[in-house]
Amino acid sequence: MRHTPPMTDHLSGATKTRSLELRELSLSVPIEGEHVTAVAGVSLTLHPGRVLGLVGESGCGKSLTAQAMLRLGEHQGVVREGGDILLDGESLFSMDEESLRKVRGGHLSMVFQEPMTALNPVFSIGSQITEVILLHLDMDRNEANARALKLLQDVGMPDPEAVLKQYPDALSGGMRQRVLIAMAMAGEPAYIVADEPTTALDVSVQKRIILLLRNLQLDRNLGMLLVTHDFGLVAEMADDVAVMYAGQIVESGTVEEIFNKPMHPYTRALMGCRPEVTAPGVLMPVIAGQVPPPGSWPSGCHFAERCPLADDACLEPIAVDAWSDAEHQVRCVHAEAKIPELEVAI
Amino acid sequence: MSAPVTVLEVEKLTKSFRRGGIWGGGVTHKAVDNVSFALQEGETVAIVGESGSGKSTTARLAMRLLDADAGSVHLLGEEITSISGKELRIKRKDIQMVFQDPFASLNPRMKIVETVGEGLRVHQPEMSRQQRREKVAETLALCGIGDEALDRYPHQFSGGQRQRIGIARALIVEPKVLVLDEPVSALDVSVQAQILNLLKKIQAERNLSYLFISHDLSVVRHIADRVLVMLEGSVVEQGDVAELFSNPQHAYTQNLLAARPINHPRERQQPVSA
Repeated sequence: MRHTPPMTDHLSGATKTRSLELRELSLSVPIEGEHVTAVAGVSLTLHPGRVLGLVGESGCGKSLTAQAMLRLGEHQGVVREGGDILLDGESLFSMDEESLRKVRGGHLSMVFQEPMTALNPVFSIGSQITEVILLHLDMDRNEANARALKLLQDVGMPDPEAVLKQYPDALSGGMRQRVLIAMAMAGEPAYIVADEPTTALDVSVQKRIILLLRNLQLDRNLGMLLVTHDFGLVAEMADDVAVMYAGQIVESGTVEEIFNKPMHPYTRALMGCRPEVTAPGVLMPVIAGQVPPPGSWPSGCHFAERCPLADDACLEPIAVDAWSDAEHQVRCVHAEAKIPELEVAI
Repeated sequence: MSAPVTVLEVEKLTKSFRRGGIWGGGVTHKAVDNVSFALQEGETVAIVGESGSGKSTTARLAMRLLDADAGSVHLLGEEITSISGKELRIKRKDIQMVFQDPFASLNPRMKIVETVGEGLRVHQPEMSRQQRREKVAETLALCGIGDEALDRYPHQFSGGQRQRIGIARALIVEPKVLVLDEPVSALDVSVQAQILNLLKKIQAERNLSYLFISHDLSVVRHIADRVLVMLEGSVVEQGDVAELFSNPQHAYTQNLLAARPINHPRERQQPVSA
C-alpha cells in the first residue's frame, strides 16, 4: 500500500472528496465569427472511486466538455451559455483566478492525449513535477524533490532518479505519458480528467498505461472522467458510461448495462462497427452519413437523420431520460424497438 | 482459379540510417533488416508493428521512395531497385500510396480536381483538361464522392471524405498495387468502417493488391489475407491471417495480441502492478 497523505492535509479550501458535478452545461464555440452551441445541456457527476467513460466520435463535444470541467478552453473562445460546474456544491464560475489555480491540479487535474506537447521541452522532468507539488502542497524544496521521486516510482518509471534530471525529449511516448500521470497526481487531486490518455501510444504501451491508471485510480480512490472514442478502453476502465452525440448525452448507465443492453440506436451502431466485433473479410455495418456539425443540428433528435428507427416522434426534442430505469437512461423514444439490420453502406 | 500472379516481390531489403553525429560519427541503426515477402494479385498483405519497427520504411523501400542499401524489389516481374529517372516514374504508375493523414497529403491550395488529377498529367499527358476532369469525377464517384467536390478545397471536407479523396488520387492512374500506410488510424470507428468497406469494394472490382501498414491488429485481422509482424527492423513472424491470430508462434506476436483492447468489461484482468 502506498503512503498517500490524507486528502485534506495540505490544502486550503474545502474538503475534497464529495462530488464534481456538471449541471445542464451548455457551451458555445466561435465558428466563422459566430457563436454556435457545441455542448447542449450536459449533466455528468463524478464520484470518488469511480471512472466515468465519456464516449463519442470527433466533433461530438466530448473534449470541450472535459476541458470545461477545469474551465479550460475559455481563452480559445469557448463561452458558457448556461448551466454550472459544481465542486462540492461550489460553482467553478464563482471562483477567482487564484482559487481556480488551486482547484486545477489540487482538486482535479488533467492527463492529455499528446504527451510530447504537454511537457515543456526546456525544463527537466524533476523541475516540472516539483513545480506542481510546490504550487499545491505545503512542502519545501527537499520534500518536494523526495515526493517527485516517489511519484515517478508510483507510475512505474524505470530508473526514476536518472529520469528526474532528464529532459522530455530523452523519453519515449509511453514514459512521457507516465511523467504526465505523475504530474497529474502531484497535487493529490480527488478527480482526474483523462482525455484519450492512450490514443497516441503503441498498442503494447497502451495496455500498460491503462493498467497503471486503473491501479492509481483504485489505490487513491480517484474520481475519473475518461474521455475516449474507443469502447475497448471503456470496457477496460469505466464503471459508468455516458455516450455523447452532437453535443448531447444520448445514453448513460453502468458499464455492464451499456455493454449488455445498449439501447440508443447510435450506441448500438457505434459498438457494431468496431472491427473487433465483425467477422474477418466481410463488409462492416456502418452508420450512413456524418455527424452534423454544431450549428446544423436538427431541432428534434440529433441522430434522427441517420437513424433506422426515426419517425415523426423524433422531430420533437427528446428528453435525456425518454427511457430510463435505475441504472440506465436513454435519449430515445424508440429505445426498446428492434433495430433492423444495419445497412452495409459503402 | 488460375495460378497466383505475383505483383510485388521484395527480397532481402536492408536499410540503415545514421543517428546523431552532425559532423560525422553517430550510430548506425538498421531500420530494415533482410526483409522479404511477396504480394499476389488481389491479395492484402499487412505489415504490423509498433513505432520504430521499420514497417513504414519497408513500405517506402518497396515503392522506391527510399533507396535500399541491399536487396531487390520486383514490380510486375521487373526489377525496380536499380532504375531511375523517367523509367522509375513510369513504373510508379503501377504502385501508388495512400497516407495516414489525408489532410497533410493533399495540397491545401489545390482544388480537388487538380489534386486528384495530378497523376494523370504525369502518366497520361495526352489527356485534355476536360478528359481529365471526367476521369477525376468518375474515380471520385467510385470512392463515394460526388462531383460537387471537384472545385472545392481540402479543408472543406471531413477526415473521412479526405481519405476517400486520397484513395481516389492513388487510384486515378489505375495502379496494380496500393500501399496503404495507416489509412484508417486517424479516423473515428464509424468512418473507419466506411473506409475499410470502400477498400474491399475497390479491391474486388479492380483486382488490386494492397500492402497495408498498420499498428492496429483488429483492423488487420479484418482486412488482411496474410500478415508480417515486424520488430526492430526484422520480420519475426509471417503467415495466413487466421492462423497467425489463432496460433501466434513468436513471443512478440503473442504480446501484441494480448495487448489488444477487450470487447466487454467481463474480460478485464484483475488489477495487478503495472
